Amino acid sequence: MSSAPQTLFEKIWNRHMVRPETPLTPAILYIDLHLVHEVTSPQAFSELRQRGLNVRRPEQTIATMDHSTPTTPRDANGIIPVQDVQAQAQLTQLETNCRDFGIPLFALGTENQGIVHVIGPEQGLTQPGMTIVCGDSHTSTHGAFGALAFGIGTSEVGHVLATQCLLQSKPKTMEIRVNGRLTPGVSAKDIILAIIAKIGVGGGTGYVVEYTGEAIRALSMEERMTICNMSIEGGARAGLIAPDDVTFNYIKGRPRAPQGADWDAAVADWSTLKTDPGAKYDAVVELDANTLVPMITYGTNPGMGMAITATVPTVSDMHDDQSKAGLEKALKYMDLQQGQSLLGKKVDVVFIGSCTNSRISDLRLAAEVFKNRKVADGVRVMVVPGSQQVKKQAEQEGLADIFRQAGAEWREAGCSMCIAMNGDQLSPGQYAVSTSNRNFEGRQGKGGRTFLASPLTAAASAIKGVVSDPREILS
Amino acid sequence: MDKFVPYQARYAVLPVENVDTDQIIPARFLKTTNKAGLGDSLFADWRYDNDGNPNPDFVLNQPFAKGVEVLVAGNNFGCGSSREHAPWALQGFGFKAVLSTYFADIFQNNALKNGVLPIVIPENVYNYLVEEDAKNPGHATVSVDLENQSITLPDGESINFPIEPFAKYCVLNGVDQLGFLASADADVSQFETARAPRVNTMGLI
Repeated sequence: MSSAPQTLFEKIWNRHMVRPETPLTPAILYIDLHLVHEVTSPQAFSELRQRGLNVRRPEQTIATMDHSTPTTPRDANGIIPVQDVQAQAQLTQLETNCRDFGIPLFALGTENQGIVHVIGPEQGLTQPGMTIVCGDSHTSTHGAFGALAFGIGTSEVGHVLATQCLLQSKPKTMEIRVNGRLTPGVSAKDIILAIIAKIGVGGGTGYVVEYTGEAIRALSMEERMTICNMSIEGGARAGLIAPDDVTFNYIKGRPRAPQGADWDAAVADWSTLKTDPGAKYDAVVELDANTLVPMITYGTNPGMGMAITATVPTVSDMHDDQSKAGLEKALKYMDLQQGQSLLGKKVDVVFIGSCTNSRISDLRLAAEVFKNRKVADGVRVMVVPGSQQVKKQAEQEGLADIFRQAGAEWREAGCSMCIAMNGDQLSPGQYAVSTSNRNFEGRQGKGGRTFLASPLTAAASAIKGVVSDPREILS
Repeated sequence: MDKFVPYQARYAVLPVENVDTDQIIPARFLKTTNKAGLGDSLFADWRYDNDGNPNPDFVLNQPFAKGVEVLVAGNNFGCGSSREHAPWALQGFGFKAVLSTYFADIFQNNALKNGVLPIVIPENVYNYLVEEDAKNPGHATVSVDLENQSITLPDGESINFPIEPFAKYCVLNGVDQLGFLASADADVSQFETARAPRVNTMGLI
């Protein structure tokens, strides 16, 4: 073992090296946990069948249904009905694939089903120092535990199913240090939106990001997941946060957490998973949490974000022709003017959910705003828990009642309006404040317009009926 | 995957930066369980209006777009999701390569696995290709030679482009990467023997 100081990324990378990189071939990296969902896996299973291959480690693989599933209420028999024939066929195909290849599946509506990046941590499957992949770019979420986790394409899903390995070139490392402390009404979502606004949607391409600093240390585990979740929106395939007591306390007692003596050994090992003093990152970015205010996006990629109190940039602010054209195109799609404020802009829909912000703590934040208040007339509010477990807990804590009494829809678990391929979508021209991760054109429905924001900002906007600064409601 | 054969092709220009995978293939077309027909939905929200009729302004609806095999697109092409449906849709339409000043990571990986070449070009070359196309849209050509990692521009000048040696080998020879991984089976077994599995997913249901 080399005694040179190593980054957290290098430690995890080295632990999973089946074969190192050569000048002619990428490294072969071992994968500890493979998460599978219905949308990006069918063609991979077809490939396995064509080649007569098995799944090498079904016991290191788990499947769930989330993307194409409806979040509409259950029928009299407790079943969530799927009206869309194509979606039903895809879900049935996943059931067949999991049965044929021996992979455990959390089927639609069952006790543990939910968004793939919610269920992994919930079951204690996501643990520090692991390698985790999924055919989904938001796999970066799991990096919040100090696991190297990233999204892969369907060909690679096939590679991992068949060999439990991936071919990887070693990425570069970037430290994003968030100094200071957040002020009331400002949350993890605002940190990551500010980071992406700063580095741009391609700023992290080719890097694994490690988030460090006082503000990150002060975050809860679920807030850390929100940060790492959106690493990919800055172009980075993976985001990491070194594990600490916050991490260990969150994992302890979960269904697949180590038990007894194994737990002690695991914590001792996990405690070594941090960047050594003197280890070098390839790039460093700093951000100050003290001065951060709630963030909102105005454009059609997550890098087009600003302080909610600011005004939309003007073309003259842009440095080059492509950026100027990009801003003009975005504002045309959003039907917004250069230099305008978003505060007070009427909204049609508020969506609280997605793998970014659908965990119990996100729902608690939103409920704090909704409690004893009513959704403004003419606004549709959807609250979509990230998993059946989150749904159950929110109902037990009385959060669901708060949402319903406020006039919001309380729905079944799934990706819902984040991806608009399951019946939950905007109509053309509608404006939504959304806690999801992407504001691309049409992402939430063809012609729909998305303002990305935190659960607090989304809930405050739901109450006021216009884009609102949550600090005004909370104070 | 077929072996790579050098070609000369006409190109279409999409002068938009940060083209994300939701534009390349919107999520509602991902409810398929195979790869067939995705080319018809390539850039669906830009290509068709709300009634499904072709948008007459969009580049791929121009008469010259029939038969183009190269797409020249703005900076940071393919950002967003990990959907491999993006290169499948490009390939389904007939594209063999995308030329841009920058590509998003996962898209680049996915494209190479399907033999769709993501070719990084300098900004001045991008600007030149856009200007050259504007003179007579869809008529100018580029030649792509993977063996020599070069493209030949409409004026006859050749420039080189970077590509990972292993991806190059696979695309050139029409072999996929799974075969190589499978050949490392003994190493994987040795790795697994030396180290207990981290988690067990069985029995949670």
